[in-house]
Amino acid sequence: MELLAYPFMQRALIGALIIGLAAPALGIYLVQRRLSLIGDGIGHVALTGVGVGLLTNTSPVLTAVLVATIGAVGVELIRERGRTSGDLALALLFYGGIAGGVVLVGLSDDSSNSNLMQYLFGSLITTSVQDIAVIGGLGVAVLVAMLALRPALFALCNDEEYARVSGLPVRTLNILLAVTTAVTVTIAMRTVGLLLVSALMVVPVAAAQQVTRGFRTTMAAAMLIGVGAAGAGIVVSAEIDTAPGATTVLLALVAFLGATLAATVRRVLVRRSHPPVAAEPPDVVLHG
Amino acid sequence: MTNVVEVRHAAAGYDGREILSDVSLSVAPGDVVAVLGANGSGKSTLIRTVLGLVPLRRGEIELFGTPQRRFRQWQRIGYVPQRLGAGSGVPATVGEVVASGRLARRGIFHFPGAADKAAVREALSDVGLLDRIGDPVSTLSGGQQQRTLIARALAGKPDLLVLDEPNAGVDAASQEAFAESLTRFAGAGGTIMLVLHELGPLRPLIGRGVVVHDGRIAHEGTPPEPAGHHAEPGHDHVHPHADEVKAGICEWAPTERTKAY
Repeated sequence: MELLAYPFMQRALIGALIIGLAAPALGIYLVQRRLSLIGDGIGHVALTGVGVGLLTNTSPVLTAVLVATIGAVGVELIRERGRTSGDLALALLFYGGIAGGVVLVGLSDDSSNSNLMQYLFGSLITTSVQDIAVIGGLGVAVLVAMLALRPALFALCNDEEYARVSGLPVRTLNILLAVTTAVTVTIAMRTVGLLLVSALMVVPVAAAQQVTRGFRTTMAAAMLIGVGAAGAGIVVSAEIDTAPGATTVLLALVAFLGATLAATVRRVLVRRSHPPVAAEPPDVVLHG
Repeated sequence: MTNVVEVRHAAAGYDGREILSDVSLSVAPGDVVAVLGANGSGKSTLIRTVLGLVPLRRGEIELFGTPQRRFRQWQRIGYVPQRLGAGSGVPATVGEVVASGRLARRGIFHFPGAADKAAVREALSDVGLLDRIGDPVSTLSGGQQQRTLIARALAGKPDLLVLDEPNAGVDAASQEAFAESLTRFAGAGGTIMLVLHELGPLRPLIGRGVVVHDGRIAHEGTPPEPAGHHAEPGHDHVHPHADEVKAGICEWAPTERTKAY
């Protein structure tokens, strides 16, 4: 615990807590829409942005936000057209993103393997004061947008056609979700890494929905699980010297298993206390 | 008085395939119009085009006297799709789904107030599901889910209800329940446009039937009565050679699923 006295640990923890709250708040809409893997794909694209930043000596976070946003809006436009080839187009975009990123990082002056690994899997010691300001500002923006627009985003992700007939600005909201996904992926890459970002958006939601009944409670529970896993992940990884992103994701998965187990136990108990009643009387009664 | 829906020579379709070729239709305030037709005749496409979900290729559509492209008063329209959007696994309560019906009236930047909550409860009691307000929609039967969607549309207090096959695959109790809801809505002066496969318990409510066939309106008038052996009680409408049976103009589009009543 004395590790938390170090400023770099405090910064890492603050960053992780913000992401732990923001990622599931966005992720619930992606899960509802069956786009659980989109964060992963945008993460691939963001790596190209990191490469551009390292190569041009600008802030990699800034260039990653820009490139990931362009990628996310592109994906949304493909999805909107609803063609079957969209699946293939996404695959091309994602693989292009990660391959471009690896090549560009390799071409830059700062081309050590460990540098690439930091972006792919996150690192505790790389979070600077400036990073925390960016993560804090963007993270709060994501949180506010996802919470304030919850009724509209819920309606959109639940039934897009109904949202359209309700006169909602469907396209604007879709683009907002795409941009928010790109921003969340990028601010989370310092802590959990680009390859595991999506897990923090999806796993807390998957865990929460095992035990909840409504959308709002699922959102609240997912944010609690997310912030808990992210905070604990930082502390545990510092104590036992493991990668923080992977540790966080494993803790979230433990929460998922725990929630699934709890839900199963509850179902069994309910069934035992209310044995099923025969729905209809028998048609015939046989004597003798 | 301006018509609620005015369709003039509309053509529409998806992906290069034209489904409606030349449809004209007027729906006046207080009308209850059933759009009938065989599977694939374009009856669902007709109402989806009216709502702007299918792009109009030719012709004109006006909603409440405003050209559809410039129409913004969506709170005046309550849409009831065929079924609940694809279940994603994220739970949602009946109350949360019905609350979406208030968005058009409230705007997206406002959180629900007392009037919104009251409207949700009122709509749910109208369809007889108030006791399920806190239950996940996934635990409801198909018919109860359909009633939830009607409650969502009613919660917005619309002037026009548009329903897409509301009684497809719905149990008798739910059919009765929403026939009552629709009767109350029409009784209060509401306008209804609905796609139907069979009239069923909604029969007494329908003022006018419009039969869509081959992308055109083939018949318009009082809902056609089943004739001959189709009208016999208990007649199970079976067409062993379904391909050879063409929807006649004045009988309303027999299909293998149609039953006499």
